[in-house]
Amino acid sequence: MKYIDEFRDAELVKKTVAEIHRTVTQPWTLMEICGGQTHAIMHFGIDQLLPPEIELVHGPGCPVCVTPLEQIDKALEIASRPDVIFTSYGDMLRVPGSNKDLFSIRAAGGDVRVVYSPLDAVKIAQQNPDKQVVFFAIGFETTAPANAMSVVQAKALGLTNFSILVSHVRVPPAMHAILGSPRNRVQGFLAAGHVNAVMGYWEYPPIAEQYQVPMVVTGFEPLDILQGILQTVKQLEQGRCEVENAYARAVTFEGNKPAQAVIDQVFQECDRKWRGIGTIPVSGWCLRPEFADFNAETRFDVAAIQPEESPLCISGLILQGLKKPNECPAFGKECTPEHPLGATMVSGEGACAAYYRYKREL
Amino acid sequence: MSNQTEPVYIESAMCPVPIRDRGYVIMGHGSGGKLSHDLITARFLPAFDNESLRAGNDAGIVQMIGCTSLAISTDSHVVWPLFFPGGDIGKLAVCGTVNDVAMMGAQPAYLTAGFILEEGLEIGLLEKVVESMQAAAEEAGVQIVAGDTKVVERGKADGIYINTAGIGMVLPATDIGGANARPGDVVIVSGTLGDHGIAVLGARGELGFESDIQSDVAPLNRLVMAILEASDNVHVLRDPTRGGLGTTLNEIARQSQVSIVIHENKLPIRPAVRAACEMLGFDPLYIANEGKLIAIVAPKDAEAVLATMRQTRYGEEAAIIGEVTADPPGRVLQKTGFGSTRIVDMLMGEMLPRIC
Repeated sequence: MKYIDEFRDAELVKKTVAEIHRTVTQPWTLMEICGGQTHAIMHFGIDQLLPPEIELVHGPGCPVCVTPLEQIDKALEIASRPDVIFTSYGDMLRVPGSNKDLFSIRAAGGDVRVVYSPLDAVKIAQQNPDKQVVFFAIGFETTAPANAMSVVQAKALGLTNFSILVSHVRVPPAMHAILGSPRNRVQGFLAAGHVNAVMGYWEYPPIAEQYQVPMVVTGFEPLDILQGILQTVKQLEQGRCEVENAYARAVTFEGNKPAQAVIDQVFQECDRKWRGIGTIPVSGWCLRPEFADFNAETRFDVAAIQPEESPLCISGLILQGLKKPNECPAFGKECTPEHPLGATMVSGEGACAAYYRYKREL
Repeated sequence: MSNQTEPVYIESAMCPVPIRDRGYVIMGHGSGGKLSHDLITARFLPAFDNESLRAGNDAGIVQMIGCTSLAISTDSHVVWPLFFPGGDIGKLAVCGTVNDVAMMGAQPAYLTAGFILEEGLEIGLLEKVVESMQAAAEEAGVQIVAGDTKVVERGKADGIYINTAGIGMVLPATDIGGANARPGDVVIVSGTLGDHGIAVLGARGELGFESDIQSDVAPLNRLVMAILEASDNVHVLRDPTRGGLGTTLNEIARQSQVSIVIHENKLPIRPAVRAACEMLGFDPLYIANEGKLIAIVAPKDAEAVLATMRQTRYGEEAAIIGEVTADPPGRVLQKTGFGSTRIVDMLMGEMLPRIC
């Protein structure tokens, strides 16, 4: 399969691994930002190929994991209403709110549908004029353009029965939060290639400069990830802290300008709570006032739902790269993907779920 | 856009405990994966407990006085759409039960068919389904000897649901079952993985792109008979339907208390299925098959069984994909092309597309 096989080529993988081994002279701690990368690292066993000096810690870039409890409770409240068709990316259906998940709502009679694209939700709204159609607009910069476009389309179509429940988060504020923490251990970043395909990486040089950490824009196939690791380690060994692009087939410095424009047209920056972490200032996007009519929170009057999380597992520490999943006493015992205690175990992209699936006893 | 923010100091980690038992049946209970497994072991087995059921195989084996051993199985079919590339609900209903009986080393002979029909179903459509069932039954060499029909009000079913049950005689001196895999055994799969699941998704219009993938639905009893003629050392036969190869191998590893190691670069998967899985974030190891079997055989007979399968209809693309080892018991492991190893678990709940 083109664009897949060449980036999983066993010989090239072995060559790159050998070069990493030759380059490393001392211990380094790297963080891959994106849950998709964590998943790929576990899926392909990439961590097993690395020299012991390199430690990979797993970042907060799992959109499902960091969607805050209050937004999920709002989703559950809206989805329970008989006049609503609630649409969502599939992953979100099993993420628990305070006492239910979207699967339970569906089992109890709610009309909850998985869509691949928010534009499909707009179509559902066109086809069901007597129903309110709500899309759960979660994710990082990656999903923001399509989510924004759904609102632009709905407005152009004059739809009054479409709205979105927004829970968007942005990577750069999370990088600041991690690097600025007194407990930070991260010495180099593998930046999330899909996010950068949209946003470019013009936001990153000041962060690399401020905290003196190298960053390498990295893709998702085994060779992409190894190349990202190699370039990061080279920089660390040479005492450099630059922003480099190891995913040039998808990412440019400027990024996708039309996509950024549609985000900017529809969303504005706001404070956002991250599940397991807490509020990070200006780390989210919410709808601009001119699109307020499409805000499901006001349409269904759920803005007041503000549940408190109870402190029971270490998923927050894992999302910040301070702990590894298997260091949690509940891991694989009380906490499994079937009975998740924390968000990082719930999502397929969560670090705990990746550990559980691929390496819990290796 | 601003990228200067005050650092946040996070001292305590928080996350909630969801309700562990929802108290409802959810779609994942029917996925064939771990939730289905849990439903069976926690709800059905304790109530119906007996030796045949406890064995946990595709069909129950019973011994009636004065008879050879019989394999009995049943399977309900609720596939939507009713017709999909490569098959339909009728063919599926016959093949599903034929295959479950055959996987015990038995020659299926007789089937029953129960129909639940929704008010308003076109008779012409029902006829097509019935014709398809008969064609599949003829190919498998079985007769449908009893049946039942119920009609429910419009909206209380989805066109047609079909249940079939089947019975067959276990070949003499045959001992095949999920608990019989032994360290050293070789794992063979009869052909490409994931064709049925992706074909049905495509027919539902859920792929979002055109595909020419055909379901593999087929009766495998003749292939089973050919395998059993080629070797007396076949230990396990099983068809990896819902839950896919990954879930089925986990069931076998647990029943036999062995480890099963598969090799990523030996798995036969069509490029179109791989591409669809890559795009949708699915793992082909968990996609349903309806015309494939796994054979676990003693190493000395592996090549002979493979050669026989390749000469038999529905086994042309058979491949050796792995082997059985002693440790760690109950685990399925996959070796990647670059020498790393990962766990292959059972399918967890419903397979959901990942967000990105």
